[in-house]
Amino acid sequence: MITISNVKKTFDRTEVLKNVSMEIEDGEIFGIIGQSGAGKSTLLRCINGLETYDRGEIRVDGKLVDVRNKGELRLLQKRMGMIFQGFNLLERLDVYQNVALPMKFWGIPTNTAQAKKKIMNLIKLVGLEEKAHAKPRELSGGQKQRVAIARALVLDPEILLCDEATSALDPEITKGILALLQRINKEMGITIVVVTHQMEVVKQICQRVAFLSHGQMLAIGKPEQLFVWPKEREIRDFLREESDKLPTTGINLKLFFFGEGNQRPIVTQMSQELQTDFNICWAKLEDFREDVYGSLVLNMQEKDLERACAFLDSKGVTWEVIK
Amino acid sequence: MLEQILNPAIYPIIMQAFWKTLVMVFWSTLFSVILGFIPAVILTLTAPGGLKPNKIVYGILSFIVNVFRSFPFIILLVILIPFTRALVGKSIGTTAAIVPLTVSAIPFIARVFETSLRETNPGVIEAARSFGASNFQILMRVYVKESIPRMLNGIVLLIISLVGYSAMAGTVGGGGVGDIAIRYGYQQYKTEYLIVCSLILIIFVQAVQALGNLMYKKMS
Repeated sequence: MITISNVKKTFDRTEVLKNVSMEIEDGEIFGIIGQSGAGKSTLLRCINGLETYDRGEIRVDGKLVDVRNKGELRLLQKRMGMIFQGFNLLERLDVYQNVALPMKFWGIPTNTAQAKKKIMNLIKLVGLEEKAHAKPRELSGGQKQRVAIARALVLDPEILLCDEATSALDPEITKGILALLQRINKEMGITIVVVTHQMEVVKQICQRVAFLSHGQMLAIGKPEQLFVWPKEREIRDFLREESDKLPTTGINLKLFFFGEGNQRPIVTQMSQELQTDFNICWAKLEDFREDVYGSLVLNMQEKDLERACAFLDSKGVTWEVIK
Repeated sequence: MLEQILNPAIYPIIMQAFWKTLVMVFWSTLFSVILGFIPAVILTLTAPGGLKPNKIVYGILSFIVNVFRSFPFIILLVILIPFTRALVGKSIGTTAAIVPLTVSAIPFIARVFETSLRETNPGVIEAARSFGASNFQILMRVYVKESIPRMLNGIVLLIISLVGYSAMAGTVGGGGVGDIAIRYGYQQYKTEYLIVCSLILIIFVQAVQALGNLMYKKMS
């Protein structure tokens, strides 16, 4: 478990992290999302000691991450693999040598049969067995990230830290990488912490997510809770939600559908029962991992609002008046 | 003129001189690469954003390198005469010429190596740090390993400029192709020496550059 408590960091007099606290459980895929400059990458780098923090504590399974204690930090770093936006492979080493590199840093022999098998298995896991002796410049972006993933797993880590790992990839390739991360999480039981500004990443793989804005954590929870029905202004801005496109007259009522709620003809039922018409002015369906979540904005006259709300309550539909 | 150029009698002198040029260039390259690597590494590590940033060390070393680089070679040659004598026991001759050539080449190659090393992708260094690599491992396995082709290019540059400097070193009795070109070709009006010496240097420089390019391609 990663415990982050009251972490503060100041960089050139600007506060990059202001009192951030969160807990990341073993075996989950945890997302940290926010605009660029929100401090999410800095936070991730603090977890494995690539960056220092001024105040607070970060503990991994109870062990304090402390850059002054180099020996302990190295041992912690061994337990955390990391992948990056820019892949960061060594240009002069081939795929196999890149994957083997962290073992060399730890003095683990790489020419034993056991080591060779392990390295090749990882290369197979990421689907690059045919490219084992290719140099990074012969690979596509997605393939490079796969090599980086294999490299990050070679020391048998318990945690995989991903810093904007898919931000440089196109949507189709991103899907493949995310599927691979999901597989690693499920099959190897590795905790994955994903820093990203891409909603698709959070929606596709994260079980829980924290939203960071200007160094502060605004919300934490399941992605569907945070993003289908965001209360915070910053999160709405981040999602570039409906607000600017809605009618300015009448009342805008937002309905939320979770899971099986999608299957019911709520709007037409409500229209018939209340004997009035609604204008459907905005709607969205979203996939969150296996489930589909929807939201819908109805524009109506003010006089109908109370009855509509009562109807929705009776059907167990979550709603919100948009101001 | 063509007849004079093809006259076999001039060649033993020129080939002997060329051999001396090769000796001077070879040893001064070897020594300066070894001795220049050390300040290059210190500069890389202590540079802002390096593994051990240290403004004072970087500033002082950088200043010294600049001072030595700003000396005109011909002046360095004269200033270093007592030092050369103390080091090799004499101040003229091919061996003696290697000393000022090396001294002038060290700051040059140090700067070239520093630039090569610092061109290493900072992300790769960060990745190595994230896997718990020590600073020494990062230096050898990342900085140096990734920079070898660039450093090789720098050595080609060094060899070619040392060929030029070795001609000047001829003036302290170092001998070499440049020395022959001046003494025979210029001072004794034997233009054929001038032409042949120049041709040999052109071919040599082209060959070194071509070999360097080939190795760069193979290694990167």
